[in-house]
Amino acid sequence: MSVVTNTTTITSVGAPSRRNTELALLVFAVLIPVFAYANVGLAKKGTLPAGMLAYGLGLGAIAVVAHLVVRKFAPYADPLMLPIATLLNGMGLVFIWRLDQEPRLPGGASAPTQLMWSTLGVALFLGVLVFLKDHRILQRYTYISMVVALVLLILPVFFPPVYGARIWITIAGMSIQPGEFVKIIIAVFFAGYLMVKRDALALASRRFMGMYLPRGRDLGPILVIWALSILILVFETDLGTSLLFFGLFVIMLYVATERTSWIVFGLLLSVGGAVVVGSFESHVHSRVEDWLNPFRTIEAGQGASQPAQAMWAFGSGGLFGSGLGQGYSRLIGFAAKSDYILATVGEELGLAGLMGILLLYALLVERGARTALAARDPFGKLLAIGLSGAFALQVFVVAGGVTGLIPLTGMTMPFLAQGGSSVIANWALVAILLRISDTARRPAPTPASSPDAEPTQVVRTQ
Amino acid sequence: MNKPLRRVAIFCGLLVLALLVRVNYIQFVQADELKNDANNRRVTINQYATPRGDILVDGKAITGHTETTGSDFKYKATFKNGKMWAPVTGYASQAFGTTLLQGVEDKILTGDDDRLFFTRTVDVLSGRQKQGGDVVTTLNSAAQKAAFEGLGNKKGAVAAINPETGAILALASTPSYDPSSFAGNSEKDSEAWNALQKKNNPDDPMLNRALRQTYPPGSTFKVVTAAAALQDGLYDDIDEPTDSEVPYILPDTNNQELKNEGGIACKNVSLREALRVSCNSVFGKLGATLGRDKMVEEAEKFGFNEEQFVPVRVAASNFSTKMDRPQTALSSIGQFETAATPLQMAMVAAAIANDGKLMKPYMVSELRGSNNKLVDSISPEELSQPLSAENAQKLQQMMETVVQSGTGTNAQIPGVTVGGKTGTAQHGVDNSEKPYAWFISYAKTDSGSPVAVAVVVEDASANRGDISGGGFAAPIAKSVMEAVLNK
Repeated sequence: MSVVTNTTTITSVGAPSRRNTELALLVFAVLIPVFAYANVGLAKKGTLPAGMLAYGLGLGAIAVVAHLVVRKFAPYADPLMLPIATLLNGMGLVFIWRLDQEPRLPGGASAPTQLMWSTLGVALFLGVLVFLKDHRILQRYTYISMVVALVLLILPVFFPPVYGARIWITIAGMSIQPGEFVKIIIAVFFAGYLMVKRDALALASRRFMGMYLPRGRDLGPILVIWALSILILVFETDLGTSLLFFGLFVIMLYVATERTSWIVFGLLLSVGGAVVVGSFESHVHSRVEDWLNPFRTIEAGQGASQPAQAMWAFGSGGLFGSGLGQGYSRLIGFAAKSDYILATVGEELGLAGLMGILLLYALLVERGARTALAARDPFGKLLAIGLSGAFALQVFVVAGGVTGLIPLTGMTMPFLAQGGSSVIANWALVAILLRISDTARRPAPTPASSPDAEPTQVVRTQ
Repeated sequence: MNKPLRRVAIFCGLLVLALLVRVNYIQFVQADELKNDANNRRVTINQYATPRGDILVDGKAITGHTETTGSDFKYKATFKNGKMWAPVTGYASQAFGTTLLQGVEDKILTGDDDRLFFTRTVDVLSGRQKQGGDVVTTLNSAAQKAAFEGLGNKKGAVAAINPETGAILALASTPSYDPSSFAGNSEKDSEAWNALQKKNNPDDPMLNRALRQTYPPGSTFKVVTAAAALQDGLYDDIDEPTDSEVPYILPDTNNQELKNEGGIACKNVSLREALRVSCNSVFGKLGATLGRDKMVEEAEKFGFNEEQFVPVRVAASNFSTKMDRPQTALSSIGQFETAATPLQMAMVAAAIANDGKLMKPYMVSELRGSNNKLVDSISPEELSQPLSAENAQKLQQMMETVVQSGTGTNAQIPGVTVGGKTGTAQHGVDNSEKPYAWFISYAKTDSGSPVAVAVVVEDASANRGDISGGGFAAPIAKSVMEAVLNK
């Protein structure tokens, strides 16, 4: 007999775990925000900020713990996601702390609160990795997810609107934005539902004008979701969330059925719905007007609006920016730390820094899409692409709104902006993606030994 | 499922690409436009982020700066003897913007001018704070003081020029305001500003009467008519009798008389005598005889009907180009629609004193960088030649007669040749309002003429003869000329 003890016909050639790559990247993901923090302190007060050591150690500790947990519980997970999320979150904290230095902005010191929420977010991230051993378990909760999602979506209707949009629920002085969590839960529902129905949706359809139209009973859910998202929009005046859910559903449906007609269908419905609501609902209508002409309030003699202030912030930033702490983001006003935090990035880090931040988001989405491609089970594929798609849509809707590419819809920039719900939900989202990528990249388990077989080397071509 | 997955990934890539294109558009293509938008508060914040440079008169700063707290503007401008210099400096207010020299030379004063690029770069590299440049003016503080104190509580304006160069020596306007009182952006500044607005203050203290207000010039305009007559060759000798009748009936009218004030005898008097006693009949007829076109041509050579930039904008003085013969006759004695700024009438006197050559008026002689390095210097420039040297000297003799033995005796200065012309301009419907008292003059010494002055006093309440121009305005002109001569 040969000396080879492995007697299967297939030997596994799994992806390397890349945990050390992750650790190296994490060093940068911690150092960059720490330097940025020092930069703000030097620019604003001429000294290193007092909490710099604590902040650096804190962020470093969080990163080390997260890394160790990933190393232990998801050893084959994608090595880029955790460093990118850490870097974005760290930079977000620096920007919020920097905006805290402007006494004219409302809200007082938000950075400590945000740091607390970020820690909770990382805790949830760790919890998901430790307790969710396999993402396929989520499949069991398809319909429960649907119910939870709908309840969470409808709840804010019973709470008073904040700045014109009903997207918060307030319990004991704490505000929660359920929409942020719903995007994950609803992706779980869609993935579970579509995995079951994908064949019916894809094959049992009639050809009509060159498009495959599904049967009525299969078409039902998309119409229901479309109607729901429009209802959310009308009652909560939240164009962003409804656009996000609808886009998420269309993407997942398209991936599940591989039918382009769904895309056409979805686009027509969403454009139609947006136009109708955009022209009738006053809150949304005024945002469309602001988008078409951000300077209209000045012409009307009412002073500059936030969209106009954001445009000036971007323009004044130019190519390289004014430098951290040296811009005038306070001019933007009440939403400077949340929706409009990207304007501060644009002004103080310039075009170069803003493109860097956008590319970090792009890279995170791309790693998510790659995870979907690598996943071996349809549920994992659908869930991964759904979560990455939702993330991409959210980045696009917020950044597009702040930069004036599309009308502003009032969502938060993931990780960067102030907001507890957002940062917690996005850490959870990254955790689920990491879990799927771990499963996808994990080498196939060694099959039971077969004494008859000779070892055969299989060379993967993919 | 992998094909649609790849397409979705590409779609997400396109979303990010769209964002990248958009931010490149606003932060690169549109950046300058957005950055310099007048409504962008960063523009004003930068304007007041560093101490402004100074405006200098006789080598001394008449402006300054002080640090402010409690706003996003770091420095505010201060003004020394602000009321006296306001018609020159204008204001630089954190809340209300800039005007006059503070406005026109804003970029030099803030240090943002492109010509200061090099010093600014050196400052940045050496870690020094950005510095504003200085604006060196042509003004003469003694003349300015004489003009401002001469006007006193009266409402009016003074403009003085050096006829040989066009350099502006004095620009006074009363009542005036102190630009320091609203240089910041506090509640108090805003109250001070509101109190100065025309709607709250009928005296309109913020009006720059020397440069921006036009008045009917009255009889002082007769020197322009005389210049036109001499240039046209209508009369060669200023002492030959003019073929003029009293009463003079305005042409094309039904016996409408052009009256002489006080019923003075003006029949067939010479040009010299007509100017000495200020005959309406003689100059009205001269204008009508020369005709509208010739009068317009001469007035425009003196600078009428055009805005001047010194570099501060000066309102255009008016001599109508669309009028009939009787109106031309009235315009030729400075009535009808004729209206002139005090600076314009000082230019008229200056051109005559400078042997017919009109120099372009200017008030900034040098711009200097923060390190006192010369950035730009302005040299005298000829604007036009309204009359020949020979005719100018004839007109000088006429104007000197006015001061020696005519209506302008109040402007006599011992040992100095002074030429002048008084004016009392009627205004309001049927002369219902108080007339304006005018005096234009120049002083001459052996070495040429260093100063020409125009004075207007709005509330000349005395009797309505030319004597009021001589009585109210001539002493002010005299003290301004003395101030320049005794320098």
